[in-house]
Amino acid sequence: MIAELFLSGILVWLAGAVASLVLWRHPTAARRMACGAALAGSLLELAGSAMAIFSGGTTVIGLPFGNPMFSWAVRIDPLSAYFNAPLAVLAAAVSLYSFGYLRHMEGRRNLGAFGFFFNLLLLSLALVFTASNAFFFLVAWEVMALAAFCLVSFEHEKEEARNAGVLFLIMSHTGTGLLLIAFLMLTSASGCLDFTSFHLLASRMPPLPQGMVFLLFLFGFGVKAGIVPIHIWLPEAHPVAPSNVSALMSGIVIKTGIYGLARVFFDFYGPPPLWMGTVVLALGVASALLGVLYALMEHDLKRLLAWHSIENIGIILIGFGAALMFRALGQTNLAALALIAGLYHTFNHATFKGLLFLGAGSVVEATHTRNMEKMGGLIRRMPATALCFLVGAVAISGLPPLNGFVSEWLTYQALLAGFGTTQSLTRVMFPIAGSLLALTAALAAACFVKAFAIPFLALARSDEAATAQESSWSMRAGMALLALGCVALGVGATWLVPVFDPITQQTLGVRASAALVTARGLALSSGTAHSGTISTAGIALLFLVAGAAFALPLAMRWRRRSVTGPAWDCGLPGLTADNEYTATAFSKPLRMIFSALYRPRREIQAEYEVSPYYPSAIRFESEIEPTFEKHIYGPLRERIMAAANRMRGIQAGSIHAYLAYIFITLVLLLLFGVRG
Amino acid sequence: MMDRLIESVAQLILLLALAPLVTGVIRTLKARLQTRRGPAILQPYRDLRKLFGKGMVIPETASWIFAATPWVLFFSTILAGLMIPMVAAEAPLGLFGGVLAVIYLLGLGRFFLALAGLDTGSSFGGLGSSREMTISALAEPAMMLAIFTVAIGAGSTGLTEIAGAAIGQNWRFLAPAQMFAFAALALVLIAETGRIPVDNPATHLELTMIHEAMILEYSGPYLALVEWAASIKQLVLMTLLINCFWPFGLQPNWFGFGALEGIGWLLAKLLLLSCAIVLLETANAKMRLFRVPELLAVAFTLGTLALVSTFLF
Repeated sequence: MIAELFLSGILVWLAGAVASLVLWRHPTAARRMACGAALAGSLLELAGSAMAIFSGGTTVIGLPFGNPMFSWAVRIDPLSAYFNAPLAVLAAAVSLYSFGYLRHMEGRRNLGAFGFFFNLLLLSLALVFTASNAFFFLVAWEVMALAAFCLVSFEHEKEEARNAGVLFLIMSHTGTGLLLIAFLMLTSASGCLDFTSFHLLASRMPPLPQGMVFLLFLFGFGVKAGIVPIHIWLPEAHPVAPSNVSALMSGIVIKTGIYGLARVFFDFYGPPPLWMGTVVLALGVASALLGVLYALMEHDLKRLLAWHSIENIGIILIGFGAALMFRALGQTNLAALALIAGLYHTFNHATFKGLLFLGAGSVVEATHTRNMEKMGGLIRRMPATALCFLVGAVAISGLPPLNGFVSEWLTYQALLAGFGTTQSLTRVMFPIAGSLLALTAALAAACFVKAFAIPFLALARSDEAATAQESSWSMRAGMALLALGCVALGVGATWLVPVFDPITQQTLGVRASAALVTARGLALSSGTAHSGTISTAGIALLFLVAGAAFALPLAMRWRRRSVTGPAWDCGLPGLTADNEYTATAFSKPLRMIFSALYRPRREIQAEYEVSPYYPSAIRFESEIEPTFEKHIYGPLRERIMAAANRMRGIQAGSIHAYLAYIFITLVLLLLFGVRG
Repeated sequence: MMDRLIESVAQLILLLALAPLVTGVIRTLKARLQTRRGPAILQPYRDLRKLFGKGMVIPETASWIFAATPWVLFFSTILAGLMIPMVAAEAPLGLFGGVLAVIYLLGLGRFFLALAGLDTGSSFGGLGSSREMTISALAEPAMMLAIFTVAIGAGSTGLTEIAGAAIGQNWRFLAPAQMFAFAALALVLIAETGRIPVDNPATHLELTMIHEAMILEYSGPYLALVEWAASIKQLVLMTLLINCFWPFGLQPNWFGFGALEGIGWLLAKLLLLSCAIVLLETANAKMRLFRVPELLAVAFTLGTLALVSTFLF
């Protein structure tokens, strides 16, 4: 049954891809076909992965062609099934949203091509999560990268879209190159390409290749996940894509990197050396903190969300890093807790980041700008979008009772318990990571106060914002679906945790949920001796009861005694949008406090006629230094260009020289072969 | 189950009734120390009664966020208050969350208050929101380090366990880790409750105000809710501090005469902490906004020292 559902989902997506390409001359039909097939395929996949998750078993589906070495087979084990679930949920919501979102592109863009790549991306994502061997995995991985590239640079008449697409392609392929080397090293050790033959294999390798394989995988998958310092493609590529694609990119495409890391760390490796976990934990903390700090300085709404993806990948990696360290220290139960925290956050991020990108898409479509400083007051023009965006903002800020809080709480519990696991100084890392996670979460809350309040609240800052229209019903339905997901994943935490049992059983050999769920399924605990508990369901229930019993009746009564009046305008002739706090002003204190990182530069030019106290016009320009681009990638690019220039010498265009190269290569390879 | 319900109701009444008193006592003590007569101790109650009876002016520019915020703020603060041990060592709603939930629930209230500040479109509100979110973000790591230190001692983030561990160790307050953590948490308390030298609760001067700037447009019952929530938050954080570090007089449960004794201890400890706050507020001037990060960096350093000294001593 699982196999049938999975395969039919794949086939529906494949059919949708081909059919929308065929229908490219009929934009409306192509749009309906692309979105309908994507939605149907997602629902089939959702059913399949839900059944696979609850059955807890492994399903292998082999296709009847290909040779044994390069077989086209998928294996849906608990980890694969788990990653397919957020894919299916997000894809369903995004497809629903796309019905309305793509309508304004009809006749202006080739929706047939869009539908083709869109369905192809979903298909390749499902195969990346389930491929059973390195060869098939890399094929799916490449199809995914190319489909994503085509969708990112879909609006290719814009230069920034083309540049971002190329940057994505280059970095993605660099990552794939690293993966290829790592898989080849594993294959030469196991003699087989199948993932089952890699199980615990890496730990049996000698220390040097073991470390190399680890680093190759970390950076190969890390590029796709967007960890600092190999993140620079992410804030370029995610914002320029159409918003439904941005939601998929940030929600699930970067999670393929996380899936790869989970597969390597917890399937291919047994208990790893301690330094590996330390590296992952440190990278996680750095990504989380730098991601949110750069997000705070952004006033392009979609770029801001893209930076937050880096932050959340960091939070996931904090969980993974802690799990690796616990495994190295022999604390399997704690490793399960930390792994669950990371995996839970993966699903959570897919829902709330998808939701926020869809909300941003609606806003951008309504106001024709990504610049927050030109929005404002949209809560009155677009109430449903505003409510959904608010749910996403509360969830991503990690506030109770929504889903971000649950996974951050689990991460804190893992870090807290980590302190007692070792006597060495390494243990200080856990609380320090915890306190920096707290800083990250608080800064994220600050950032989402800005990201919600500046576009949605107060007065409109431009004519477009003042006349914005609410999105169509299908777009609202897509957002509402994900908003419900955020609530369900938060309030239903105790019912969801048992889902992780098969995964921890498969990877770590323990089942953690019995220890984690207490008080007859009402509360979540950390599973240690006198653990702390949390009950998001209880908190939500109390909020609802208090709201219904006190807030509603009293608010009704007070409303009769209230009048509306102007807000205090300092005696000026009325409040205008010019008086409002801007996004730049909101983040100014943090820009000054962290100026060592940002190195802000600003320029103020005032024009005045009579007295300098009464300027007639002021021009203000402020920017921060892109540290990584300037200090790492700039010099690197120059080196590569210089090296390429020098290598031009050997490409002389003479056939004799080329024959000589071939001869020399052949001799060298023969010598190598004889020696080997 | 029934016991928990009674305890929750009792603690709820205590929170609601005691919070304005603490504010009043601090104000009166401060006035006396500055040789002013100051308002009566019960003035905050009269303020609340008066505000609840008044009408409201809602800014034309505001949306439903403005109306929802007082409720979210009030309920989340109360919920946080029910998760801390006040009179009995067992927190009534300890099952629903420990110290992390308390911090994040207060964070939820702050998130909405900051939104409401920006909702009116007045630049004061934005100014307050921006400063509030900045300062609270910077206070967070120090707070978490101090809490981690305490939680490591207890092996739990549940406040019932933390208070229990503090009792069980026969008051190890003089251990360096506890002292450092206490100092760090005290600094964070000052920043979070908006007291001098971080913010001045008694001023409406645009250059300096933080909390007052955010709530500038509130009036009538909504202002009463916001003010009440602010004083409950102050009470919650003060109780958190005293009962984690000075757990004297915490009773096994809320029943019998023990409860009265527990309330007496609580009042005595709160009075002591209030005196310390008053002294600090009177002896210091308000800091410039951009000096506040330095204060919070001190708190962070103290938190780190607390953590390191848990295994050095």
